Amino acid sequence: MEDVTLIVDAKGLACPMPIVRTKKAMKDIAPGSIVEVQATDQGSTADLKAWAQKAGHEYLKTVEEDQSLKHYLRVGSNDSNECKFPHVIDNKGLQSVIDGDSNFVIVDVREKHDYDEQHIQGARSIPFGELRERMHELRKDQTIYVVCRTGNRSDLAAQALADQGYHNVVNVVPGMSQWNIKGGNQR
Amino acid sequence: MSLIAMNPSELARKVIQKEPLFILDVRNEDAFRDWKVEGENIQYLNVPYFDLLDGVEEIVDQLPKHQPILVVCAKEGSSILVGEMLSEEGFNASYLAGGMKAWSEHLELIKVADLREGGELYQFVRLGKGCLSYMVLSGNEAAIIDATRMTDVYVTFAKEKGVSISHVFDTHLHADHISGGRMIAEETGATYWFPPKDAEDVTFNYKPIEDNTHLQVGASRIDIQSLETPGHTIGSMSFIIDEVYLLTGDILFIDSIGRPDLAGKAEDWVGDLRHSLYKTYQALSPDLIVMPAHFMIIDELNDDGSVAEKLGVLMERNHGLNVDDEREFRSMVTDHLPPQPNAYREIRETNLGKKSPSLEDQREMEIGPNRCAVR
Repeated sequence: MEDVTLIVDAKGLACPMPIVRTKKAMKDIAPGSIVEVQATDQGSTADLKAWAQKAGHEYLKTVEEDQSLKHYLRVGSNDSNECKFPHVIDNKGLQSVIDGDSNFVIVDVREKHDYDEQHIQGARSIPFGELRERMHELRKDQTIYVVCRTGNRSDLAAQALADQGYHNVVNVVPGMSQWNIKGGNQR
Repeated sequence: MSLIAMNPSELARKVIQKEPLFILDVRNEDAFRDWKVEGENIQYLNVPYFDLLDGVEEIVDQLPKHQPILVVCAKEGSSILVGEMLSEEGFNASYLAGGMKAWSEHLELIKVADLREGGELYQFVRLGKGCLSYMVLSGNEAAIIDATRMTDVYVTFAKEKGVSISHVFDTHLHADHISGGRMIAEETGATYWFPPKDAEDVTFNYKPIEDNTHLQVGASRIDIQSLETPGHTIGSMSFIIDEVYLLTGDILFIDSIGRPDLAGKAEDWVGDLRHSLYKTYQALSPDLIVMPAHFMIIDELNDDGSVAEKLGVLMERNHGLNVDDEREFRSMVTDHLPPQPNAYREIRETNLGKKSPSLEDQREMEIGPNRCAVR
């Protein structure tokens, strides 16, 4: 996989070491980076998936090569509850925007396959990894609502957009993990 | 307090004796939901180990202060890590040695009957997975039925008893666990008996089990009679041992009946299953004692840990034997079947000798509960 920032070698190590090592190594890695975890413990796939979800990282995939596994994760922000981008809206708020407003665009920064599986009607797919190159597709005079699964990646995306002079950017929190296709908040 | 290891055999005794126990299962939530240590008086808390790497503060309020706590994980590494933290906090903690992997492989040996002329019948209860296998001792010979892949257990026990294993049977082609029958036969020179209708393109030699034949084990007159009872698989056989004990394989269980779909042939085999249950077994004496190849829930265990019940009692109480309407029976055993684990196809191929997975792969294939029954 391209753009791997860090490789964690946990080959030959039994549970819990693959996650202990990954967790430690990921502390100093910038959010959005991709980490490759090499492991031989078959149980590491399910555990890394479950752990990443809880820790606010994104599990991307696992590739099996010979006898070893390569897991890929996208690093979330260090504290999953702390979204630094100041302009946020909750799912319910976004639903009222959809129901009322017109001059806005929803940008879904999750991976394409997640978008394909489920997305907010009318949302555009620009995976976080492609945002920098494709930013020009967005208009500065529109309000941009950025959504991901939990609000972490979209937080980074919102910051990136603001840095490039997009002034009307709002992060959707928590985002798709709680989005009901029929609209609004699931819980 | 220091952390102590609990062996699977100690845990097995606690489960059988229905001792109260608090289990902190630190595997991830999916694994716990799928499969865990079952017991009548067990309380559970499931918190994945990766939520506890920085300490156990967040769960101490949910743990009993004075009762022993058993920490369980997949292989034991994480349970030691978490168990040590609990010990430091003053909890009475132990960990399951070898984890769920060892639990899945543990066989509890229970003597279920004295047979004529000093013969004995033993049941090997695989508590973690619900598999049952049997050994008949007679004179200086032994016969084994539905052995698991933990072949050492049977071979060692036969040695201790001073008998040689002369016959090894599989009631059918198993899909939920890897049979040890062929390995034991190869190791000991015993005859490996297999139902010919389940043996489509097997890669090994076996002696076909025919319907209604009698085999004498050892010097005494202990008789193993075969009975064609298709339905779970097309070749499924039952055995009547010493004229009293009816080994039903995966056709009839204590609280449920076999499912006909594990080879993808539910529609074809449901008629056979009905015939075996409602004709063949009905014609037998209700005093026969049924000993199946599986149990599904811990309630099916008797107080001594064995799994056995009179056929007459099952005829009254087992729901699967009491569906008069054939259409209703058909829909019961073919609709809403529990999921069939992916590994079942691989396990069948292994049991046919087409595949020889490594020990590690075999363990991986067998993970989880068995799903051979419909209720």
